[in-house]
Amino acid sequence: MIRFEDVSVTYEGAAEPTVRGVDLAVPEGELVLLVGPSGVGKSTLLGTVSGLVPHFTGGTLRGRVTVAGRDTRTHKPRELADVVGTVGQDPLSHFVTDTVEDELAYGMESLGLSPDVMRRRVEETLDLLGLADLRERPIATLSGGQQQRVAIGSVLTPHPEVLVLDEPTSALDPAAAEEVLAVLQRLVHDLGTTVLMAEHRLERVVQYADQVLLLAAPGEAPVLGDPASLMAVSPVYPPVVGLGRLAGWSPLPLTVRDARRGAGALRERLAVTGAGPHDRAPHDRGETPAARTRWSGLRGRTKADAARTAAANVAGLAVRRGRVEALRRVDLTVSAGETVALMGRNGAGKSTLLSTLVGLLEPASGSVRVGGAVPHRTGPRELIRHVGLVPQEPRDLLYADTVAAECTAADHDAAADPGTCRALVSELLPGITDDTHPRDLSEGQRLTLALAVVLTARPPLLLLDEPTRGLDYAAKARLVTLLRGLAAEGHAIVLATHDVELAAELAHRVAILADGEIVADGPTPEIVVSSPSFAPQTTKILAPQKWLTVTEVREALDAGDGAA
Amino acid sequence: MNDHPSTAPGALRRRLAPEAHRSNALHPGAWWVWALGLGVAASRTTNPLLLGLLIGVAGYVVAARRTSAPWARSYGAFVKLGLVVIAIRLVFAVVLGSPIPGSHVMVTLPEVPLPEWAKGVRIGGRVTAEGLLFALYDGVRLAGLLICVGAANALASPARLLKSLPGALYEVGVAIVVAMTFAPNLILDVQRLRAARRLRGRADKGIRGLLQVGLPVLEGALERSVALAAAMDARGFGRSAPVPAGVRRATAVLTLGGLMGVCVGTYGLLTADGTEYGLPALAVGLFAALAGLRLGGRRSVRTRYRPDSWGVRAWLVAGSGIAVAGLTIWAASYDAAALHPGVVPLTAPTLPLWPAAAVLIGLLPAFVAPVPADSSVPVPSPAHSEEPS
Repeated sequence: MIRFEDVSVTYEGAAEPTVRGVDLAVPEGELVLLVGPSGVGKSTLLGTVSGLVPHFTGGTLRGRVTVAGRDTRTHKPRELADVVGTVGQDPLSHFVTDTVEDELAYGMESLGLSPDVMRRRVEETLDLLGLADLRERPIATLSGGQQQRVAIGSVLTPHPEVLVLDEPTSALDPAAAEEVLAVLQRLVHDLGTTVLMAEHRLERVVQYADQVLLLAAPGEAPVLGDPASLMAVSPVYPPVVGLGRLAGWSPLPLTVRDARRGAGALRERLAVTGAGPHDRAPHDRGETPAARTRWSGLRGRTKADAARTAAANVAGLAVRRGRVEALRRVDLTVSAGETVALMGRNGAGKSTLLSTLVGLLEPASGSVRVGGAVPHRTGPRELIRHVGLVPQEPRDLLYADTVAAECTAADHDAAADPGTCRALVSELLPGITDDTHPRDLSEGQRLTLALAVVLTARPPLLLLDEPTRGLDYAAKARLVTLLRGLAAEGHAIVLATHDVELAAELAHRVAILADGEIVADGPTPEIVVSSPSFAPQTTKILAPQKWLTVTEVREALDAGDGAA
Repeated sequence: MNDHPSTAPGALRRRLAPEAHRSNALHPGAWWVWALGLGVAASRTTNPLLLGLLIGVAGYVVAARRTSAPWARSYGAFVKLGLVVIAIRLVFAVVLGSPIPGSHVMVTLPEVPLPEWAKGVRIGGRVTAEGLLFALYDGVRLAGLLICVGAANALASPARLLKSLPGALYEVGVAIVVAMTFAPNLILDVQRLRAARRLRGRADKGIRGLLQVGLPVLEGALERSVALAAAMDARGFGRSAPVPAGVRRATAVLTLGGLMGVCVGTYGLLTADGTEYGLPALAVGLFAALAGLRLGGRRSVRTRYRPDSWGVRAWLVAGSGIAVAGLTIWAASYDAAALHPGVVPLTAPTLPLWPAAAVLIGLLPAFVAPVPADSSVPVPSPAHSEEPS
């Protein structure tokens, strides 16, 4: 269906080709998953299929890409529109019209299909994607998962033979991601659509892939093959594969179900080591209660004192956004050294809570205190000493055109000693030169730079909104190490995230928000283990034992081996 | 809803107009004709009572028939703009004086002496009640016009209106739609980035803050437009059908010739000695340009998905607007004094009975236009539904 013949792409001004030596064929009706770390040219490779690379982006394409027999050298993207449907990373920049139904029809209108065909296909697609109730809704009012489904639907209506998706589930909560993946699964099975998809969150998608296209490192030729065998060598892999590699399972399981079947021996071994998660809990994962008693022991004995030393204290909080009550009766206390993960659907109020904690939104009722200050009544200069927020789009925090200028500005803003921020950047991001433009940094590096800028003011409370969006596993691991270090230094950290694996790695406590209320709040193991959608893969595989991460299991096994 | 027996007028209204959905949606053109009809009527009178009635009619119809769509919220913005226009008009009347001779001096401002060449311009000086009242009437008229346009904007989706354009103008229509979604996105970006300044410990208010986010906002807007252009290209925007060279040439000749004819015709109509060729030239030019557009539409392969049909209800809505405009124009020529109450000497305006009745015809859409689904059901606010616990 898609044939690459010795394809390489070189962008203008680049010394090296971004991708090279691509020589393979994707057969019809397969779901092919593009796997690789950030910056290996996954998006570029996807772009060559729709013809956007090089017709739209510029650069030089050597070799030949044919889709359904059409050569992308002679066919512009618009002439491939009836065989290739493309959905980019941000669904919002994909929409041309303003309501769901018009959006679904737009592509067909461009192709000049007859009105009765259009009508029929729109109805079919509305049913296929479960969008029938939303047909007349303005797109701007939809949730993230709904928007992503509309974006997929809008390229499905012309009945393309190939669907190209760039990170379709990265911005979605686990349930919405399931929705989108179920739709893709159905397209492949029922309609025989060929799907080519890039995604960082492999734990969500790898089990659906018929084949994996592995781009292991920049400039290396990609390999197409069986998911299990390629996952054994891939530099990026989901926790289920990590656990499989650790336990030496062969063939490597890709689904929780397969892994559970083979996990009996491992469970026994873990039970024998004696270093069960229950034993470890108090001094590792559960160190917070201890820390909390220690803190209150040091700082005073009464409850009021404890509330004052809390990094953040939210009581009976309600926030309105227009006529919508975004938060209702929210109570949350975060003490120093504690990491709290806020989880919940898109639109549950996670970002609203973070915005309220930095005073961007005013509470309608209830109280918010951040280290004794009331955020919305505190001036920005004073407030950054109490609380820092790294927004969903870290680029929003960066204005200057070099890293050095950014650091100087941050020192000035925080009235810190000159060089404070630069020292932080060097520590967190070794090897970044002063004259680098923030835009040229990778997603993970930019996040770290924004984090350094925020940390310059040494806020005791650190907030992060969706920090792992667009990060690969390596960048995520670095972020986890970094945040653990900060928590150990006594920073209180609140993360709003959809990433269950991140929450399992990092958080002492998880608070689940639904419809603007906190519906569950407690230690991470208790909350995530009992929830089917928020449980990490390791937990699902090793249930009923309560393990959260591969790292935990590895440490327990090492300890067990050492003792034996 | 069955638990609450609806009031008699409510039941009547529901019987007259069905619930709105895609297939019985009122043609957006009908809303525009209606609103422009009210606007024409507003421009023909300075009677504040009649203008108030017009604004009330437009407001009532908007309240009864607007949806919860984002574009429907623009009505409030237009009303605010109208108030600003009135305020500006009054300030000008105070500062620059008014040509209206008046004897009721309210206050005398210090007058700025101006050089000889600026004769006729006055800054400061006497402010008379007559002048102020005249300015107020004038301001209310402008505000009324604006509010009528706002009503059309709130009631008819701008994108759907553009869908009714002829095929050859489609690209222009898309450019306008994209520009219209661009502006709200730009405002959102500015708000987000100004909020982000607060996170850096800088003041998030003031003009400096706005200037510093300028560059990142433009960058973001540019990136978004490029992404949208790529998405549109990948979805088949701009595909064209092969057209024989003859047709292409004929299109060019007809369009260009037609536009020239329109120019010549307009010139003829406006100059004193060209009246005899003006009208025919204009007619021929218009005809040729329209034929050119129609022929040009052949190049486009586009089809239309569920275009809005112009039905009986659309005729009623558009007709009510035309009736209001027509009757007011007629009334203005028949009884000019009632529609333009004098300010010298100061008199209290009275509401002329028949023109007022004519304006009330404009309420017809509130009874015949389909009722938007979500406004017919009172939305229970989450606060109320959650309270009992």
